[in-house]
Amino acid sequence: MTPAAIQQSLDFAYIVAVVLFILAIKWLSSPVSARRGVLVGEIAAALAVGATLCNPELVSYKWIFITLIIGAAIGIPLGMVHMTAVPQRTALSHAFGALSAAMIGIAEYYVGVPNVTRFGMGEISLEVIIGSLTFTGSLIAAGKLQEILPQRPIVYRGQNFVSLSVLSAALLLAIALVVNPANTVLFPIMVVVSLAFGVLLVTPIGGADMPTVISLLNSYAGFSAALLGFVLNSKVLVVAGALDGSSGFILSVIMCKAMNRSFTNVMFGAFGQVQAGAAAVAEARPVRSASPEEAAGILAAANTVVIVPGYGMAVAQAQHKVRELYDLLTKKGVDVKFGIHPVAGRMPGHMNVLLAEADIPYERLVEMEEINSEMPQTDVALIIGANDVTNPAARTDASSPIYGMPIVEVDKARTVMVIKRSMSPGFAGIDNPLYYLDKTLMLFGDAKQFVGSIVRELTGGHS
Amino acid sequence: MPADFLSNLYVFILAGFVGFELIKRVSPLLHTPLMSLTNALDAIVVVAAIIITGREETPLATVLGAIAIAASFSNMVGGFFITDRMLRMFKTGKTQKP
Repeated sequence: MTPAAIQQSLDFAYIVAVVLFILAIKWLSSPVSARRGVLVGEIAAALAVGATLCNPELVSYKWIFITLIIGAAIGIPLGMVHMTAVPQRTALSHAFGALSAAMIGIAEYYVGVPNVTRFGMGEISLEVIIGSLTFTGSLIAAGKLQEILPQRPIVYRGQNFVSLSVLSAALLLAIALVVNPANTVLFPIMVVVSLAFGVLLVTPIGGADMPTVISLLNSYAGFSAALLGFVLNSKVLVVAGALDGSSGFILSVIMCKAMNRSFTNVMFGAFGQVQAGAAAVAEARPVRSASPEEAAGILAAANTVVIVPGYGMAVAQAQHKVRELYDLLTKKGVDVKFGIHPVAGRMPGHMNVLLAEADIPYERLVEMEEINSEMPQTDVALIIGANDVTNPAARTDASSPIYGMPIVEVDKARTVMVIKRSMSPGFAGIDNPLYYLDKTLMLFGDAKQFVGSIVRELTGGHS
Repeated sequence: MPADFLSNLYVFILAGFVGFELIKRVSPLLHTPLMSLTNALDAIVVVAAIIITGREETPLATVLGAIAIAASFSNMVGGFFITDRMLRMFKTGKTQKP
C-alpha cells in the first residue's frame, strides 16, 4: 500500500471507532444493554490502538510496548478496587487522563517550536492549562476521598483572590506565548502556574461536595482531550473528548441541582464553614431512641419500608448486612425499596453501585422524585448513614443553608428510624430537625453492627 | 483561522450535542459506570501518545509521550474493566431468585 492508502485506512478505522463510541454510550442507557455498550467500547478502543500501531510514521516500538505494559500493569489493579473505593479511583483516572493530555500538548509544543503558529499556540496553551489544572485538581480530590488529605474544606482569608490571581497569571502567560510562541522560557512557567491553580481550586472544597467536583473534573478532562484533538487535528480525539466532556458537564449540572447550588457556590463557597459554629451552640433537645429489638419489631410489622442510604453506609461497609435485612423483610412479605438521593455518597450513582454489589435487584433502587410520591404511604423510613439529604429544614426553614435543596421526604413516612453514631451534626454541620420529631426513633450505633443486630433479632437467634 | 480548526469545531459541536442527548437518557442508576466508561473512551488519547512516542523526534517528546501512554492506557484498561465489573453486579430480581 502507498503511504496515502495506509493513511486512509487508518482514518477509516478511526471513523468506525467513533461510531462504536457513540453506540457504547447509547447502550449504557439501560442496565439490560449496558454490558454490550462496554463490549463495543472495547472493540472501538482495540481497533483505534491497533490501527495506530500500523502508522508508518512510527520509527520505533520499544517505548510504546514498554509503556503499554506499564499502563496495563497500573490499570488492572485500579480496575479491581473495592466498590467503596470507586470515587477515589475515578478521581485518579481523571488525573491520569488529564496528565496524558497535558504531556502530549507539552511534547507537541517542544517538537513544533519555533515553528508554532500563533493560532496553534493559543490552542496548545488552553489545552495545557486545562490539562495541568485538572491533573493536580483530580489528585487533590483523590487524596481527599482516600482520606490522605483532610475532607474538611481548607479555607483561609483572601483565598478566592489568590486562586483567581493564579488563574489570571496562567492566562496572561498564555497570551504572552500567543504573542511570541518562540518564548520557551514562559511555557514551563505557564505549566507550573496551571498545576498550582489545580491545587488551589480543589483544596477548599469539602467531601460532601465531591459528587459535583468529580463530575466537573470529568468534564475538564474530557474537554482537554477534545482540545488536544484540535491541536493534533485528530477527529477521533475531538469526538471522544466531546462525549466525555458533555457527560461530565451534564452530571455536574444534575449534582448542582440536587443540592440546589450553583457552580460558583460549589467552587468558591466552602460549604458548611459558618454553620459548623452555629450547630455547636444548638441546645440539646430530647430525642427518642430505640434498641435493635424494638427496631426489628417495627420493621417486621410494617407493610412498606423505604431504606435511605448515605455515605455513612459506605464508610461502615454496611451494604451486605443491609442486603440480609432486605432478604429477611422481603421473605416476611414486607415491601422494601431504596430511596436514592442523587448526591448520596461521594460520586454520582455511588449508592446504586454499592447496593448492586450487595446483590440488591436494581428495580428496588428508586430515584428521589419517584420515592417521594410513595413516602406518605410508607410505614417505615429507615435512614442508614444519610443526613442532609433527608433534612426537612430544606423545605421549611428559609434560614437553613440547605433551604431549597430537594430531599428524600422521609418525614412523610409514618415512622422514621435513623441509624447514626451519635447526635453530632452531619458533614455539613447542619442540625437536622427530623431527629426531634415524635415519629422519629434514633438507633445509635455503627451502621453495620446495628443492621446486623436487627438481622439477628429478625432471625430469632439471640446471641 | 485554519481550515482544520473549523472542521474540528463542526465535529466538536455535533459530538457535543450527540453526547448531550445520549447522556441525558442514561438512568441515574448507572451514573457511576457512565463516568468510568466515558473515562475509558476518553483514554483514546493513547493513540496520540503512541504517535508522539514512536516518532522519536526529540528525547523530551519521547519521554513525555511515554508517560502519556502509560497514564492513558491504564485508564483504558482499568476503565473498561471496572465498568464491566460494576455492570455485572446490576441484576434484576427475576434472574436472582433460585
